[in-house]
Amino acid sequence: MIKPGRSNPLWLAFVLHRLSGVVLALFLPLHFYVLSLALTSPAALDNFLAFSDLFVVKVAETLLVLLLAVHLFGGLRLMAMEWLPWTDRQKSLAAASVALGAGVACMFFLKVI
Amino acid sequence: MLDVRLYLLQRISALIMAPLVIGHIAVMIYAVQGGLSAAEILGRTQGSLWWMLFYGLFVIAVSVHAAIGLRVVVHEWLGLKGIALRLFTSFVFVVLLALGLRAVMAVTAG
Amino acid sequence: MNTSNTSASLNVSVWRGTSDGGEFRSYQVPVQSNQTVLDVVTWIQQRIDNTLSYRFACRVGMCGSCAMTVNGEPRWTCRTHVNNVTENATLEIAPLRNLPVIKDLTTNMDPFFDKWIKAGGVHEPSALRNDPMVPVNPESKARKVASEGVECINCAVCYSACDTVAANPDYLGPAALQRAWTLVNDVKHNGKNTVLSAVSESGGCHNCHSHGSCTRYCPVELNPMKAVAGLKKSTVLSLLRS
Repeated sequence: MIKPGRSNPLWLAFVLHRLSGVVLALFLPLHFYVLSLALTSPAALDNFLAFSDLFVVKVAETLLVLLLAVHLFGGLRLMAMEWLPWTDRQKSLAAASVALGAGVACMFFLKVI
Repeated sequence: MLDVRLYLLQRISALIMAPLVIGHIAVMIYAVQGGLSAAEILGRTQGSLWWMLFYGLFVIAVSVHAAIGLRVVVHEWLGLKGIALRLFTSFVFVVLLALGLRAVMAVTAG
Repeated sequence: MNTSNTSASLNVSVWRGTSDGGEFRSYQVPVQSNQTVLDVVTWIQQRIDNTLSYRFACRVGMCGSCAMTVNGEPRWTCRTHVNNVTENATLEIAPLRNLPVIKDLTTNMDPFFDKWIKAGGVHEPSALRNDPMVPVNPESKARKVASEGVECINCAVCYSACDTVAANPDYLGPAALQRAWTLVNDVKHNGKNTVLSAVSESGGCHNCHSHGSCTRYCPVELNPMKAVAGLKKSTVLSLLRS
């Protein structure tokens, strides 16, 4: 019935920041659990790491790196907006932070593949 | 549901993590070349005080940051508030901190 | 009254009801050149259904009382030309979002103004009437910042546009916080620290996610997002100093 301004680039930047943050937070317990296997069962850790040879796992890892990088650069943009002298170019900066994150994820993908 | 103190904790933990995340991504890009193995990872990290401090600080900061971030999300999307919201925040912090520090010990101790 | 009537007509759906429920009802309104959305609402009320409730006063963008949701976006209807917002000669007119609806297009503005007061928005004079006048340099940095937000007409368009208010009803919202930021920078306001602690509470400025909808929709082109960013920094500096 009543829709707010969904086409606003800064709203999209917010959605990206929130969803990447939630996914990363949910991924952390799994990440920590797998690393803890080094202590309890090194063989199980190697078995798990063998999965990382699969192409689909490499794509998933790249996606996580993308989310991490986008969250990092998006967060730096927010803190710059709040703490550095004001600039009206927030939409360009939001776009630039997404592009930077995507660039980092591409670098990772080219190395892991 | 943030007051100035939670906001400040969120921003400080973020500032601490910024260089750590860049370092973490750089290590990942370096380490994934030629595949991952437990021996390779542990060979780099085990017995290293620097890696223990690096990832120990990272785990503390991320536990604070994720707990406050998820607090905002569950308040806005699920309507959690009051004591339930405070318990949720503490729960996320404690669980992430415990799992995270155990993982740091697993890969750096010894 | 504009006399250049044509045979064309607008399909207008108008929200009829209260917060407890209601529906959109359709009306046919003749197209005129130079027609505002408020003109359309007035035409319906005067020519079709005089039970339609809506609010307006000045009709020239000064008083801030005629804001409504037009085709899904909050707007000041007296200064919104139909030509600029119609899609295929259709208009959907609803009450402002994020406020209780009294009837039809009339919202209860109490929560909006209550939050103004909660954010410390009531002026606290720094001098009495017999004290000498405090000189204010219009070129000083603080006065320039205060002047940026001082033209707010309290139309609640920003409040209605804000998705953070929608998700977090305790959040004070862009208008109240911009007012707070104006007072923090006003040398004639005595309660600077009162304002800073008021906006540091759990519904305060730190809940802002910087979507920027307030700044995008503000009809007088103010920048509440920038004001809230200023408050975030000032409240933290004030906390660290104390």
